[in-house]
Parts: sequence; structure tokens; C-alpha cells
Amino acid sequence: MNTKHYDVIVLGAGPAGLTAGIYLSRAKMKTLLLNEGMIGGQVVLTHEVANYPGVENISGYQLATSMKKQALSFGCEIKQNIKVSKLDLSSTTKTVHVGDDIFTANAIIIATGGRSRELHVTGEDSFKGRGISYCATCDGDFYTGKDIIVVGGGNSALEEAVALTTYAKTVTIVHQFDHFQAFDHAVEMAKKNKKIHFILQSQITGFYGDEKLQHVKIKNLKDNTISEKSIDGVFILIGYQPNSEKFTEHANINQYGEIPTDLKMATNVPGVFAAGDIREKQIRQITTAVSDGTIAAINAIEHIQK
Amino acid sequence: MTLMTSLEHVVTAAQHAEIIENNETVMICCGRMGPMCLPVYDAMDELQEEYPNIKFFDMLFDSPEAAVIRSAPECAGFMGLPFTMYYKNGQVVKATSSIQSKEQIKEILDEKLSL
Repeated sequence: MNTKHYDVIVLGAGPAGLTAGIYLSRAKMKTLLLNEGMIGGQVVLTHEVANYPGVENISGYQLATSMKKQALSFGCEIKQNIKVSKLDLSSTTKTVHVGDDIFTANAIIIATGGRSRELHVTGEDSFKGRGISYCATCDGDFYTGKDIIVVGGGNSALEEAVALTTYAKTVTIVHQFDHFQAFDHAVEMAKKNKKIHFILQSQITGFYGDEKLQHVKIKNLKDNTISEKSIDGVFILIGYQPNSEKFTEHANINQYGEIPTDLKMATNVPGVFAAGDIREKQIRQITTAVSDGTIAAINAIEHIQK
Repeated sequence: MTLMTSLEHVVTAAQHAEIIENNETVMICCGRMGPMCLPVYDAMDELQEEYPNIKFFDMLFDSPEAAVIRSAPECAGFMGLPFTMYYKNGQVVKATSSIQSKEQIKEILDEKLSL
């Protein structure tokens, strides 16, 4: 068993975590960045980032790679695709177990972000990649001339539904409410498109087929009736959920799974900060994650130097 | 035409045939530079050290040469990138569609490609 001590450990390596890593290591803090998945978090899921100030156009992957290089250049240590098995955040010295390794630190920044929300209904796992997709830009062309469903009522769902009409014969939007959360212009674009149909106040309750998806069951939430619909593909675009399960015993978490912080990004636990999409906040953008990461890093340094 | 990854690339169908014939265990991820594919390349890159007996490659999905994977019977019904193939002794022993985590890939490597 190996033990190594750091000034700060950052959990998560999306824009918030990487920014914290850049600021901390540049301030000569011994910093470890631990990430359970791929560096970049949800940013790598973005084909094109067009609203990051100072960068006219860049892929999410390139932006994340550039942030990683910058953090490494200042001496930040990064471990990715690891599994955190145990945490102790309540003591003055924080402990993170990763396999046989134990990492300790004087402060922790939680920046574990979120992941695509799933429906968690019958057949969802079996038909992933065989009719169920979570990425319209990746898999849209497989559905050329076919009938598909988009599940969701937010901006992503409506904008991707319109984009998918480039390929699909018909796109049916299935949404659980009688109204959309998307901006008006996105709703208008979808409603104007003749290939798009709507099934509102309804939700999919199961996916069925043989080698690939053939039909879904849809429950009408007004009268609880269930109908079957033949379909070639379903794109599930129902937003994101915070990766906060690991912290439920360690910090306050709200009903949505987000970690509340103060203006210094401090959680209710001394020496534990949160930044990015994991945090309770109004706007989730790369720019706001970067801002959170900066604030968390500076206040983590202040906490250590008290 | 190749992908911009740090993995070794399979460019032609002939090269594909040679690789699976001359190596006992092979994993090939056939995709694009998209969000569902990148995490798989990344995990494979890291697994190369952990599994020195397995050869890891990628192949550009849109290359005509990639028909050797796109049209494989094991990929019938696949509707999500990337298409990932696992070969042992020249035979396909597993094929997956869409994103897989490093843990999911390791499970397949341990179960299907262990010597």
C-alpha cells in the first residue's frame, strides 16, 4: 500500500477540475487530479465549442486536451480512468483511496461533473448501440430514411430532433410534460418542421426487439394507457445528472444530487470545495465551470495557508 | 486516412487481415473522432501497458477499407459508433457497438482474450 501526500486533491477533470489544477499547480501547490473517466468530462462530448471566449472554434476534445497540457506544464499530476474506492473528507487531512494507493491532502475540490441521464427502463441497456443512442451527431447517419424517436423536451432534445430530420424519415418527440423546457426558438423550429411529430405527456416504459430495437411501449401519463410503437431508433436526450453518489455521506447534497456551496465554492465540510456541474447553480457552461474551478482553487490555497 | 489517436492504425483491409492472422489476441476500435469513440481510444491507450499480450488498434469508420468491420456479420444490427472488435486466433470473439467504459473493456479482455 502506497501513501502520498498533496496540498490539494481535485476529484474530476472536466473544465472545472482542470482549471483548478492549472491555478493550484501554477501557485506551486502540490496537486493531484483524479478522474474516473476520460479527461475533459462532458466537454469531450461536444463536437464544436463556439462560445468559449478567445477561441473562435474548437472541438471539445481539443479544448480539454489543451487544458490538460496546461495543467501538466505547471506540474499538476493527473491520473485518469481510475476508481475511487473510499473517501474520508471529515478529518483535517483528507484521504482518498484508489486501489492500493492512499492519497492524502489538506484540501479537496470536488469537480466530478455529471453524466447523461438514462431512462432506466426495460431493454435500455440491451439496445444501447442497437437502436438506442445518446449522441445525435455520432449516430444520426445510421438512421437515414428511418423512423426515430427523440426523448426529451429541453434545448438538446429539440435542437437535435431538428438536426436528425436531415437523415430520418420521421422524428417523433416523446416528452413527459405538456410543454417544453427548451427556449422558444428551439420549440418553434421543431414545430415548423414537417418531419417532426409530438407525443406529449407520455413516457417510454420499455424497449423491445431481437438483434436491434423494433418497438417501444409508451405510457400516456394522462390516462395511464400503454401503446406500442414500431421504431428504428430512439435518441435519449433528457439532460444530465450530477456524479455525486460518492459524496452523499461526506457533504450536504440537495434533492437534485448537487452540492451546495458558498461564494468561495466551499461546501459544508471545512477544506472541501466543489466546482462545476456538480455544484448547485443556475447556469452550466464551460465558462461557468472554469470560473468555479478558479474560485475553488484560490480559496483552497487560502484554506491551506490559514 | 487515419484517426488522430496515439493508437496504431489499421489502414487497409489487407493490413487488417494480416494483423488478425499474425497476432493471437487483437482489439480494434472502428470509429470517428467523436464523443462516443474518443473515450474508447483513450481507455485502449491506457490498457496497452496492462495487457502487453493484446494488440490494440483503431480504424477510421468512414474509410472504404473499414467495410471489413462495418460489414462483419457480428456487427449486424449495430447502430452506434464505435464498432469495437475483439479477435482471438483470427476469429471474432466479441463485438460491441457504442461507447464502453475502461471497466467494461477490461471485463471483455479478461473474459474473451485471456490466454
